[in-house]
Amino acid sequence: MNVLLTLLRRREAGIAVMIALFCLAVGTVKPQFLTLDQMRIILLLTPLIMIGAMGQMMVIVARHVDLSIGSMLGFSAMVSGMLYRFDATWFGFDVPWWTGVPLSIAVGALLGFGNGILIQLFKLPAIIVTLGTLSLYRGMTFIISDAKQIDRQWIPSEIKGLSQTSILTIPKDFPIAGGFNIPWIVIVAFGVAVLTYLFLMHTRIGRQIYALGSNPVAAPLRGINVAAVTLLVFTISGALSGLAGIMYASRWGFVNPSNTGSGFEFQVIAAVVIGGVSINGGVGTVLGTVLGVLLLGCVAAALPLLGIPGTAQSAIYGSVILVALLIDRTVRRQGIASLKRVRA
Amino acid sequence: MNAESPAVATGHDAAPPRPRWQVLLIRPETMTLILLILGVFAGSLLSPFFLDINYILRSFTLYSEFAIVALVLTMVIIAGEIDLSPAANMALSACIFAWLQANGMPIPVAVVLGLVSGLAMGAVNAFFVIALQLPSIIVTIGTLTLYRGLAQIIAGDKSIRVPEWFIGVDKIMLVGIPLPVVLFIILAIVLGVVLGNTIFGRQIYQIGTNDVAARHAGIRSARIKVGLFLLVGVVAAFAGIMTASRLGSVRYDLGLGGELQMVLMAMLGGTYIFGGRGTILGTFLAAWLLVIVSTGMIVANVLPAVQLVVLGALLIVSIIATNLIYSRTQR
Amino acid sequence: MAPLIAARGISKQFAGVEVLSDVDLELKAGEIHALLGENGAGKSTFAKILAGVYRPTRGTIALNGHIADIASPIVAQKLGITLIHQEPISFPDLSVAENLVLGRTAGAPLARVPWAEMAREANHYMHLLGVRIDVTRPMRGLSIADQQMVEIARALASDSRLIIMDEPTAPLTPKEVETLFGIARRLRAEGRTIIFISHRLEEVRQICDRVTIFRDGNKIATEDIGNLSDADIIRLMIGRPLKEYLHKSGHAHIGELALKVEGLTLPGVFRDISFEVRKGEIVGLGGLVGAGRTDVARAIFGIAPAESGTIEVNGQEVSITDPSQAIGLGLAFVPEDRAVAGIFRTLSTEQNITAAVPWQIAPGGLIRGALERAMAQDSVRRLRIRLASLRQPIGELSGGNQQKSILARWLLTDPTVLILDEPTRGIDIGVKAEFYDMIGELAAAGRAILLISSELPELIALCDRVLVMSEGRITADIPRAEATQEKIMSAAVPQAREVAA
Repeated sequence: MNVLLTLLRRREAGIAVMIALFCLAVGTVKPQFLTLDQMRIILLLTPLIMIGAMGQMMVIVARHVDLSIGSMLGFSAMVSGMLYRFDATWFGFDVPWWTGVPLSIAVGALLGFGNGILIQLFKLPAIIVTLGTLSLYRGMTFIISDAKQIDRQWIPSEIKGLSQTSILTIPKDFPIAGGFNIPWIVIVAFGVAVLTYLFLMHTRIGRQIYALGSNPVAAPLRGINVAAVTLLVFTISGALSGLAGIMYASRWGFVNPSNTGSGFEFQVIAAVVIGGVSINGGVGTVLGTVLGVLLLGCVAAALPLLGIPGTAQSAIYGSVILVALLIDRTVRRQGIASLKRVRA
Repeated sequence: MNAESPAVATGHDAAPPRPRWQVLLIRPETMTLILLILGVFAGSLLSPFFLDINYILRSFTLYSEFAIVALVLTMVIIAGEIDLSPAANMALSACIFAWLQANGMPIPVAVVLGLVSGLAMGAVNAFFVIALQLPSIIVTIGTLTLYRGLAQIIAGDKSIRVPEWFIGVDKIMLVGIPLPVVLFIILAIVLGVVLGNTIFGRQIYQIGTNDVAARHAGIRSARIKVGLFLLVGVVAAFAGIMTASRLGSVRYDLGLGGELQMVLMAMLGGTYIFGGRGTILGTFLAAWLLVIVSTGMIVANVLPAVQLVVLGALLIVSIIATNLIYSRTQR
Repeated sequence: MAPLIAARGISKQFAGVEVLSDVDLELKAGEIHALLGENGAGKSTFAKILAGVYRPTRGTIALNGHIADIASPIVAQKLGITLIHQEPISFPDLSVAENLVLGRTAGAPLARVPWAEMAREANHYMHLLGVRIDVTRPMRGLSIADQQMVEIARALASDSRLIIMDEPTAPLTPKEVETLFGIARRLRAEGRTIIFISHRLEEVRQICDRVTIFRDGNKIATEDIGNLSDADIIRLMIGRPLKEYLHKSGHAHIGELALKVEGLTLPGVFRDISFEVRKGEIVGLGGLVGAGRTDVARAIFGIAPAESGTIEVNGQEVSITDPSQAIGLGLAFVPEDRAVAGIFRTLSTEQNITAAVPWQIAPGGLIRGALERAMAQDSVRRLRIRLASLRQPIGELSGGNQQKSILARWLLTDPTVLILDEPTRGIDIGVKAEFYDMIGELAAAGRAILLISSELPELIALCDRVLVMSEGRITADIPRAEATQEKIMSAAVPQAREVAA
């Protein structure tokens, strides 16, 4: 009984229950929501947010926030797109299809590193710096692309294939999910989540990120290199935005200087805070974040079914952030109350 | 039981004060003013338009709505909070106003309801930040998404037109100055007096400098902050409706990205991001500076995209500069 | 054999003020060495220099005969020096076991975290210390005492040669203190050195071999504990004739009831607090840190109101839920932590002085500069505040002058009841004497004063009555004639501990 209670108290359980209730509720109104096809749709809606959320989660655990991820996504996707578009002009030959992947990640990492430098070197609040670079990086995207979109024909089919062809197809005659196939980008997203989990929970530096967010004042007293950790989380956030950038090109088959990645930060922050990552730093799990992403995915997938226009999405993300803040605060309050009791 | 921290251990006599001229010269507002003069000078080399005050005033109308909100935002930042939602608030209030009048509501009533909705949005922010004691940064990121989203629900992807006679607030001239600019100047004077010469303003600085000490001194900081969030809300709504009149129609993306420009105006004017310092004069000057810079870029045929880069870079440079100035002048 | 630690000519300045001057000290291997001294005497600063938290302005430290540069806490850790902070450092969101190993183990950034091994080791030390804490639970929610135990376990686990304990026993129960002392003795037997900072002489006598006494940033003496009587130690610590404290000029006329508190209770913080303060009376409130004294003051002033109980001001029962109400009723509160709750550091001294009386400087709604200037000027003269200009940011003033400015702020409200929380903490001796004069004068002028202080001589010399709090309750009400340090202390120390001691 006690074990059950602790389990239920955990934030992850709460989100899982919310997902289940939500799916059931939608399912009773629209039974087709509970089909495999729908699940595939949900899975395809989530990879970008999942990848971004892993980076954002690290940043928030370290008691910062990164608003520039959408612009970093856009910029790095544009750099890769232009490589595909102009490789013949620039180098006189076509680059292999996969070059965009490391390039995009590297470009994103560089931009994220820039954020980290500004924040760490000048001791500036991350929110304002990344609000600035949100605009800065977006503008740079326009400049390098000459405000032109990279169209479908330039994105290598292998890249586009990443979000269509699947490596994992469940055999047709399998009892539960026969014929279900999982495209590459979903695998990549979950791979990133697993790596993030290993990194945060099982490496020294991962634990130092939590320590820094938990008590920034004491961190240097315990030998934590605050500058290095801060730079690292922002660089990772950038690198993952870069990965999300190339995945964007794969998923949608184009890169647009203004649309690609815009508003990405709000979706990701919504997913992360609903996943139980505390904005006060130090608290948050990969599992919670993954569930947060899935919950958002379910909501996004349910909207068209329920006849709610896509225009409502932004409002829903906003409310989700606020609701998550409310929950976070209630949980924290209980924590403080229990602390008082112990002291008494 | 030992209190030997450096803050307490300072003993003996006080350090000598800085000369007055030095204090004045290293104020961030002075920097803003110098930059403004340099900007006009550079602009006039670029194009003779910059010496034409009417041209500048006309250009200013394009930014007047943001500038008006930035004045109030300055007070919020001095009080140690931030509000990133006013641009979205502008859009939502304008959409509510436009939708109401398009559905047969008399314009005056629609305007009032638009303003009331802005006030309500300010109240939502205040509720989360003050009653629930959540950080304003993250709360207003949430409400910014929410308000913009609600605007999108109301307006969809279409634009809502307003009647002909309501269009053109920027064309109304008062002693040769466009009305939005007049309103901006009047509000700047009023808020300048409020912030600089009243107890309300004085207490804004005090709660921004040290909220705990302010509470101990009997200052009702929660009340003041609620007031500020409400004020931003209603002023943003006013700015939104004004934008509707200038543009002649309302879309959900009205003022998109405006939070950057507003924060930028406050920061360029020397408002300290951690609260407690800044002036209305600084933001007032910074608004003009921003107009000169933006207009200069347009005149020089700089791509709009480059403007984004410049704005972002300016924001970062201005907080770095302000931080440096304050850390040098004050220990 | 070279001593474990040989400190030579250690000095430390903060913002040009010397808080530690030319301290020489040798610590032998295998001794428990007490550092004693009043608040601000320099003992904690010295300890922090040894532990790499501060770097000395001048002087050298030799470890086993070799000069060592203890540049940071990490370097100290590597050299085998661990400081157990007075307020335990913890990472509330990390597990107890993680808190125990953090910063101690070396390894590549990407090295695996050995969770199981970590938990095993943590359990081992918890067992050794005789505490029952689930090491896998997060630190958040642990009591201060348990956090302290984790810190101690950390020091044990890091195999330190020198362990510095800064008032480790304050939050511990008698049983835990016994365990701690047992461990300390065992560590000594293993040849390790322990620096023990404490205010409790009986504890020092119980476990220490030698004592070093600090006063006003100087080392006064280092002696075997057996060579000094309690009276010697106190004389060395205070160093000045006791008459310096005797500043209450005659007896003010004690008038009618100004503040009456009855049954004030805030669960978990304080219980059933009842007392009264009359006009012209100075009532002391003593007790150990954490006994709930400041919390009572904060409750009366409406910062964190009590849940039950009544407050009467001038015979009227009142309900105070916000400081602004308290001020309206004629209460004033000079808080303990000036930097946190008192000053507006970057704002002008003038503004700081007038902060609590806005309606007086802005009669018509607009601030009248001349009026404000005159009021501030008057305060500066009366309280002899030393500053270069009224426009000077208060942060540039010395601690004593900052404190005077805060007092000036409250005197402008013309309070009936003045609550002073550790008003002379961190203030130069000379200015302290001025404060004692002022407090006496204020009482003589008919104000009721509640003085919270940890400095026993201060309480005894200034107060008409001394209330003592312990663990959230008032345990004694001692009239002036009977007040002695021993009496106050024995009421302040939790009862159970006395039995054990």
